[in-house]
Amino acid sequence: MDVVPADILVIGAGGAGLRAAISIAEASPSLAVSLLSKVYPMRSHTVAAEGGAAGVIKDNDSLDNHFHDTVAGGDWLSDQDAVELFVKTAPLELTQIEHWGCPWSRESSGRVAVRPFGGMKIERTWYAADKTGFHMLHTLFQTSLKFPSIRRFDEFYVTDLLVDDGRCVGAAAIEIRSGRMMAFVARAVIIAMGGAGRVFPFTTNGAIKTGDGMAMAYRAGVPLKDMEFVQYHPTGLPGTGILITEGARGEGGILINKDGYRYLQDYNLGPPDPWPRKKAMELGPRDRLSQAFWHEQKKARTVKTAYGDVVHLDIRHLGEKKIDERLPMVRELATTYCGVDPVHAPIPVRPVVHYFMGGIHTDIETATLVAGLFACGECACVSINGANRLGSNSLTELLVFGAFAGRNAAAFATSHPLPREALVVSLARAAQARIRTLFEREGGEESTSRLRKLMTHTMETGAGIYRTRESLEETCEFLTQLRDRYDRLQLEDRSNVFNTDLIQALELGSMLEVAQAIAHSALRREESRGSHQRLDYPERDDSNFLKHSLAIYRGTEPPDIDYCDVTITRSKPGKRVYGDGAP
Amino acid sequence: MSDTVLLSITRYDPEKHSEPVFQSYTVPYHEDWVVLDALNYIKDNLDGTLTFRWSCHMAVCGSCGMMINGEPKLSCNAFLRDYQDKTIKVEPLDGFPIERDVVVVIDSFMVKLASVKPYLIAKEERALSEGEYLQTPAQLAVFKHYTQCINCLLCYAACPQTKLNEDFIGPAALALAHRYNLDTRDGGKKARAETVTSNEGIWECTFVGACSQVCPKHVDPAAAIQQTKISASVDWFKSLLQGNRS
Amino acid sequence: MSRRPFIRKMRRSWWLRRRRTLFYMMRELTSLFIGLYSALLALGLVQLARGSQAWDSFIALITSRGGVIFQLLCFAFALFHSVTWFAVTPKAVPLSAPAKAVIGAHYAVWAVISVVVLLLAGRFVDGSIQ
Repeated sequence: MDVVPADILVIGAGGAGLRAAISIAEASPSLAVSLLSKVYPMRSHTVAAEGGAAGVIKDNDSLDNHFHDTVAGGDWLSDQDAVELFVKTAPLELTQIEHWGCPWSRESSGRVAVRPFGGMKIERTWYAADKTGFHMLHTLFQTSLKFPSIRRFDEFYVTDLLVDDGRCVGAAAIEIRSGRMMAFVARAVIIAMGGAGRVFPFTTNGAIKTGDGMAMAYRAGVPLKDMEFVQYHPTGLPGTGILITEGARGEGGILINKDGYRYLQDYNLGPPDPWPRKKAMELGPRDRLSQAFWHEQKKARTVKTAYGDVVHLDIRHLGEKKIDERLPMVRELATTYCGVDPVHAPIPVRPVVHYFMGGIHTDIETATLVAGLFACGECACVSINGANRLGSNSLTELLVFGAFAGRNAAAFATSHPLPREALVVSLARAAQARIRTLFEREGGEESTSRLRKLMTHTMETGAGIYRTRESLEETCEFLTQLRDRYDRLQLEDRSNVFNTDLIQALELGSMLEVAQAIAHSALRREESRGSHQRLDYPERDDSNFLKHSLAIYRGTEPPDIDYCDVTITRSKPGKRVYGDGAP
Repeated sequence: MSDTVLLSITRYDPEKHSEPVFQSYTVPYHEDWVVLDALNYIKDNLDGTLTFRWSCHMAVCGSCGMMINGEPKLSCNAFLRDYQDKTIKVEPLDGFPIERDVVVVIDSFMVKLASVKPYLIAKEERALSEGEYLQTPAQLAVFKHYTQCINCLLCYAACPQTKLNEDFIGPAALALAHRYNLDTRDGGKKARAETVTSNEGIWECTFVGACSQVCPKHVDPAAAIQQTKISASVDWFKSLLQGNRS
Repeated sequence: MSRRPFIRKMRRSWWLRRRRTLFYMMRELTSLFIGLYSALLALGLVQLARGSQAWDSFIALITSRGGVIFQLLCFAFALFHSVTWFAVTPKAVPLSAPAKAVIGAHYAVWAVISVVVLLLAGRFVDGSIQ
């Protein structure tokens, strides 16, 4: 088996992974970095993010404001020391990427421009037209090309983390184009593999968001924290789930139901005038907006389409000039994929799964419970986003925690020896054996596509925007069955060369594990908080549940759910107030 | 108007085929389906061995470039309704070696991209504490559309020169070099010149213009290259005059 | 290893397969005719220097049926060359003026120069060399 040693292994080459690799290469050019990704870096899903990245920059704004907005937005489940660190580092990181060439949109003075965003008291969202993720990703990728110490392995699918005696010693990966399995040895490992939106049927997420990083850390003994908190973005296109950025609402877009009524005012987000006002109506937090849609649907006030119920996002009043300048991609997407030109007609939208607040349990420095293993980006849960993330905090999160992970992994690597190659290879061979079993199986009755469809369906039905004990128990039970059926999965493609049937089967395995963690965590949390809403427990219950859930892997058995404390410093849990009374 | 569509797709598995062959599939017709939806339908329901790249399904990741009825297109951006009553021929992107089915080997592009030093080489140093470089909206507008490249490689497939001369740096890479050269914060034009103005660089371009025609993001690499030719020529004259003086 | 990337050879007829590349090759072909016409003009100068007999034979050449057809062909190609060239100049040289104005300016200058040249030619014909 081929072996590749390095000082640090970074798995995932999206915004967080690239930022981590650059951080190491800049500070310590003598450290060898192996950067692995199952796709070419430009394809990472960071590329699809649109709206912007938050960081305090205006004179009338303060770190305190960003802190309070984030903590309240997270329904007080955020670790406040982490949020403090996050908001403080944010402006520096955003300035750093500007120095690397990121084409931020500007004010006439030449300074970076900012726009209002959901749940934020003062505008602090830096943006690059409405393709911020695209520009950030390409800036980071292109910057990474400067550093010879970063060695990339593009289209390598990592199957397992290799752990020996409580320390992560590397990873096993398949070179997708040849089917060859390889062992990557490293003194420290960073996971930056993204979220798992593909667990649900309607999502803004691309094909690659299958939670592989979360699943492999989970299997390696790291708990998955707060998995029940899945964010539905209020405005995705029906059918495809394509994201229509919150920026459209930041620029003044409104949401109306079938009667042309701005329904959000019925859900403690109003009054609708004077418009626009921060933290009110369409600039409320995402969980509230998605929940409002659900209620409108129950009241039969949504618009029926071939792809289910929708509401309308109306930006006509912004005018063609402003739309082409600030929201050109929104116009292009709506026109291309929906046949609707938003200059002349409202865009049909509905809530779709978008982001995972939960993920790999890390501390404030991105370290996990396994020595030498770090995690950052969407796959990690520090937690700064708590029970609900504010829009534009995530792109900043990639930079802030990507940089931390790089720095800390480098420190760990320089103080620890390279693991023994023979040891790592033997661990990799065990991983290889597992995959060989799947690859060589004959006579299996199950197909990847069918199991995947069943999984997404049960997740949406039982663990969607609103949940009940019955719906969750049913989903938990069904997922156990699906995991069992997974052991009888039959591959159709038996080639070694670029076998996407195999890759999709392995991704399905990751998704089933992640889905179980979500459903069981949700079942155990008997309260409603942020994006986790229980019809049978409609209130927030701080006395019992002001804590993080921890899903612990139990092999074929369902996960154990444990809890750990939330770090509360300056902001005592209060009521989340938006609309008229918003602080 | 039929309720099914016929797709004829390149299949190539080096472990089975000595050379690529075509295989046909019939898929249901949906008004808003794109070719990618048809490919996924085939993989999920008819033939799990069909192999293709995709991710975002919204024309921003650049994964799904392929030849559709002889034209380089993103399969997520090619609507079935535009090919009504015709067989849709799906082939791998022109000009790249075929790895498997419609997946091509893009190693050569990754090398060419890196060779133009596509990163900001700051004209003047600035500490983070001093904040951002100033750049007016007008200055940004000059290079903005050259930043939109999603590296989908449709331009390489359309350009005859990339096939007549395999070492030609190519449209996307040269457009990206131009993007940085035009960025007011950048001072790296000289550093990039060696590659950009080499024999494999801009001078290999004969302004066919196909690249700009097929670009799904309207980056206009042809314009970038011609402008670079003029700028490089001017710089050369200047250096000649300065050379004479010394 | 089982990888065997397949390399597709480019056919000799690559430029015939699409209208866009055919158009391109025609555009490039115009340079051949412009080159030939330049050679013709050079021949004219040589014949002029040689004396009236040589010059007469040159005139006979360019007024012959074949000669006229050739010149018309060259004119057509030169026209095609110029029109396509004017159309793309806004791309190659991004001036702050709108594209149509740039292209229009090219045609205007061309018209002016053509008029000047024709006037000068007319002058010489009047005081023609015998």
